[in-house]
Amino acid sequence: MSFAARNPSVLIFLSVLALFTLLVTVMSEAIGTGLVSTSFVKILGKTLCLALVAVAMDLVWGYTGILSLGHFAFFGLGGYMIGMWLMYERTHEIAAAALAEGPIPPTEAEITAAIGNQIFGVVGSSDFPPVWAFADSLTLQLALVVMAPGLLALIFGWLAFRSRVTGVYLSILTQAMTLALALYLFQNDSGLRGNNGLSGLQNLPGVDAPQSHVSLWFFWASALALGVGYVFAAWLVGGKFGSVMRGIRDNEARVRFLGYSVESYKLVVFTLTAMIAGIAGALYYPQAGIINPAEIAPIASIYLAVWVAIGGRGRLYGAVIGAVFVSLVSSWFTGGQAPDVPLGFYTVKWVDWWLVVLGLSFVLVTLFAPRGIGGLFDLVTERQPPERHGANLGPDAGSLREKEASQ
Amino acid sequence: MVRIFLAALVVAALSFAAPARAQDAPMQAVLQAHAELIVKSSRKAIGPAIDAVADSGLAQTQDVLQTWQAKRMWQRKADGVFFRGEEIDAKTSRLYDFDTGADVGIFANSDLKQVKPNSGVRAMLGAALVRFQLRDPDPSRRAEALAAIERAPSRQALAPLRAAIGDETDPALKARKVRAERLLTIAFDDDDAIRVAAIRDMGGDLGVDLRATLNPLVATDLRVFAGGDLPGGLNIARHVAPGDETLPRDTAYDMLVAASLAPARITAEEIRASLARHIDGGYVAGVPVAQLNADAARLRAYDGLVAQGLVPARVNDADIDGALASHRFAEVFAEPSPAVTGAARAALGQIETRVSANQILDLTLDALSLASIYFLAAIGLAITFGVMGVINMAHGEFIMMGAYTGFVVQQMIPNHTVSILVAIPLAFAVTFAAGVVMERLVIRWLYNRPLETLLATFGISIALQQLAKNIFGTQARPLTAPAWLDGAWVLNDIVSISYIRIAIAVLALIFLGVFLIVIKRTRLGLEIRAVTQNRRMAASMGINPDRVNVLTFGLGSGIAGVAGVAIGLFAKVTSELGGDYIVQSFMTVVVGGVGNIWGTLAGATMIGFLQKGIEWFNPSNTLAAQTYMIAFIILFIQFRPRGIVALRGRAAGD
Repeated sequence: MSFAARNPSVLIFLSVLALFTLLVTVMSEAIGTGLVSTSFVKILGKTLCLALVAVAMDLVWGYTGILSLGHFAFFGLGGYMIGMWLMYERTHEIAAAALAEGPIPPTEAEITAAIGNQIFGVVGSSDFPPVWAFADSLTLQLALVVMAPGLLALIFGWLAFRSRVTGVYLSILTQAMTLALALYLFQNDSGLRGNNGLSGLQNLPGVDAPQSHVSLWFFWASALALGVGYVFAAWLVGGKFGSVMRGIRDNEARVRFLGYSVESYKLVVFTLTAMIAGIAGALYYPQAGIINPAEIAPIASIYLAVWVAIGGRGRLYGAVIGAVFVSLVSSWFTGGQAPDVPLGFYTVKWVDWWLVVLGLSFVLVTLFAPRGIGGLFDLVTERQPPERHGANLGPDAGSLREKEASQ
Repeated sequence: MVRIFLAALVVAALSFAAPARAQDAPMQAVLQAHAELIVKSSRKAIGPAIDAVADSGLAQTQDVLQTWQAKRMWQRKADGVFFRGEEIDAKTSRLYDFDTGADVGIFANSDLKQVKPNSGVRAMLGAALVRFQLRDPDPSRRAEALAAIERAPSRQALAPLRAAIGDETDPALKARKVRAERLLTIAFDDDDAIRVAAIRDMGGDLGVDLRATLNPLVATDLRVFAGGDLPGGLNIARHVAPGDETLPRDTAYDMLVAASLAPARITAEEIRASLARHIDGGYVAGVPVAQLNADAARLRAYDGLVAQGLVPARVNDADIDGALASHRFAEVFAEPSPAVTGAARAALGQIETRVSANQILDLTLDALSLASIYFLAAIGLAITFGVMGVINMAHGEFIMMGAYTGFVVQQMIPNHTVSILVAIPLAFAVTFAAGVVMERLVIRWLYNRPLETLLATFGISIALQQLAKNIFGTQARPLTAPAWLDGAWVLNDIVSISYIRIAIAVLALIFLGVFLIVIKRTRLGLEIRAVTQNRRMAASMGINPDRVNVLTFGLGSGIAGVAGVAIGLFAKVTSELGGDYIVQSFMTVVVGGVGNIWGTLAGATMIGFLQKGIEWFNPSNTLAAQTYMIAFIILFIQFRPRGIVALRGRAAGD
């Protein structure tokens, strides 16, 4: 059977994504009717990137059972890597142009010094820290987008998995890693401009096109990345590798006794998804225009888990739906567009109350709808989980029978 | 005497109102002798006048100086005689004679001239007054004068201070006087031997004032001398060779330039400017401008300009070496006496050793205090997470609820001591109730799904945080400690710890005791342990596991609430208060070893010491300390995955 035939949802997903991309393109300001504003194109493009990192999160949590609270750190790291090149090249252009005004043409050293002054003046320095060594090379920084999160995930995962840290302990440890990374980046001498972060990323060096075009290009790139990432994830979980992943999620010890090297599988999944998260971040932050360490605080990674859980973990389209739905609804409520609800004695302002609603709805989803929004599709397709004579505990503990589950 | 007599004659000649009474009025005579200076009241010239009054040796000296300083000295225009004046109203004043103190009568202000010393003169008068104040019968005045000397030591204060030690009756003041005298001796005495002896006397004293006295003595100044020999009479600290780590060659040469002993180097910036000035039809000294984007071409062009005599020649390395070789560099003490500087250095070295020993002690106290804070924040978690295995991400929000409870109570009960005593049980009650509600509504459905518990309680956490923001606003709310907790326990100038921190440490120990008693000595504790080890077996023994779980969770939450009150006392109460502690609290429990209160204690101690230790290496950067600490903990988990105190066998649960 062909890949497409075995995964009908992939075809549906890809056509929906293609249709959506086409629709936005036709309605965009750049080459369409202008019904969709440039800033909204950016929001949609960013949402697609969030959907991609949600797919990665679903692979590592929904399919392998590792609740990582660190994937948004990998996402941010990818953003930092591309941000370094964008900021360097952009400043290079500006600095070279400014120096060329003078009577004497500038030397390379003078240009570099001017760039350093421009970028690091805000943290009281003018020298390039060693982490910026490759910032002038797009190829190397693009490689780092994948390598930096991948390497961090590899080292961290190797340390954590080989000492058999599992379950909530692993979650707490990943959260600590995220916190450590965020705190490190908050320092001025980390070399990445401390809490100022990197800014001006929306300007592509060497490109004169207006933002309306640039945002559309990034939107297309995000859609493409999401499409490719989704197909790759579907291919991964559809094969034998995917079966082992699910096996690890449902009963790790049993898979180990069957002779699989559980640690290696976990490490591969963890590293791979970190790389995907890095790519998603590299596409997200040029559209956001700015990245700072607050973006990768532990709370962001927990929100990522929230999206996947609300969308329905253990199914790829669930992750996408969750990320798109929650992030768009969130930005609608917190953006001040939602109308206030007057109760007579008190007016509910959504800017203030949205987080309360989100938090509580999250509790409700966990308690009453462990399959999330994606579970609604089961009603349509009439796909039923196997009858296990017990409460439906969702993909993680769902393989346990009633007796085990109530222990 | 001659001057006084002459002055008296002058006064007598000028005056009709006070005819020839100067002989009976010695103070008036002194004042009259310097009348011109006193009236002019210029800071630069007034010195002799003040000295004359202060050195007159008369009983009324202090009174005169104080009157003068307080701008209450008046001069009668008619005869120039000075009086102490008391303004009766805006128009008239009552005058008193300085010498006899007698009431002279009431005069119109228009007939008088007020002596108004400016602030500089008043300060000089204050300095002159010190010697009198040091012997003032009122101890508080003596203490004031002493504090002024301690604040601004001066050579002039030394002699009066020495004279004032003997008849000091208050032992505390006497000790302070002796100490101040020793320090002034070190700084200002004329005899080097006495100074050295004074330095030896002080020994390894840890006072900041001693170090402040000694440090100027060993202060050096890097100076450059032309030629091979140094001039004599200088107290040389050491000779410096240009090029070693304390004095790089460039810095040394810059010193020569600054002292006009060598020509200035031509900087890259100046070369660039010179080139720009001499562009001639697209060329600079024959080099095309377009080629000037490299350093080599720029130097070539510049040297071309030098050859044309348009710009000064560059200073090359050989010039620099030559200039440096013909000069000597040395660090010179500002203090001329080698014996004094030597003794001061030795004393400072001794102090340094004792200071580091005391710093370690101080650091240990800091670390213990931090450990007790972490322990306090984590002890509730040690129950819910350690004993029950429930990941409660809202634990931090329970801490926050406790802190806000304290704040609300303080709004209603203004007495801080009473309000804290009320707040602690109330915070326990509030968070106990919140914990029970949460357990009943959410957690009991998720006992076998830890990851879902984590996410559900996280949902509660963000909801509670936002709720607190909506109710109390985003600004920090104060939770004020009772006044008797203000201040610090000071051992010496280096080792000190605030009473609040001691109170928190005591509270943490009390909690440890309460926890141990509840778990080991009560029926509830027995049931908790039974349910934790084997829920079904416990149930068949007649224990109601649901009830035990509710009570355990409530207990853990309640303790978090009390911890919140304690933490709120030294941290600002905001809605993010709990979030600041949650990761560290989990770390504490995980590092210590889950399911064991001693483990939590060990974990808190380790994390506290670790963080303070890292901060000691890099004191300016607490962010870095936290980063490295977390990295260390991740590594630590590698070697002891089950924490410091690991449970084995059945009790471990799996």
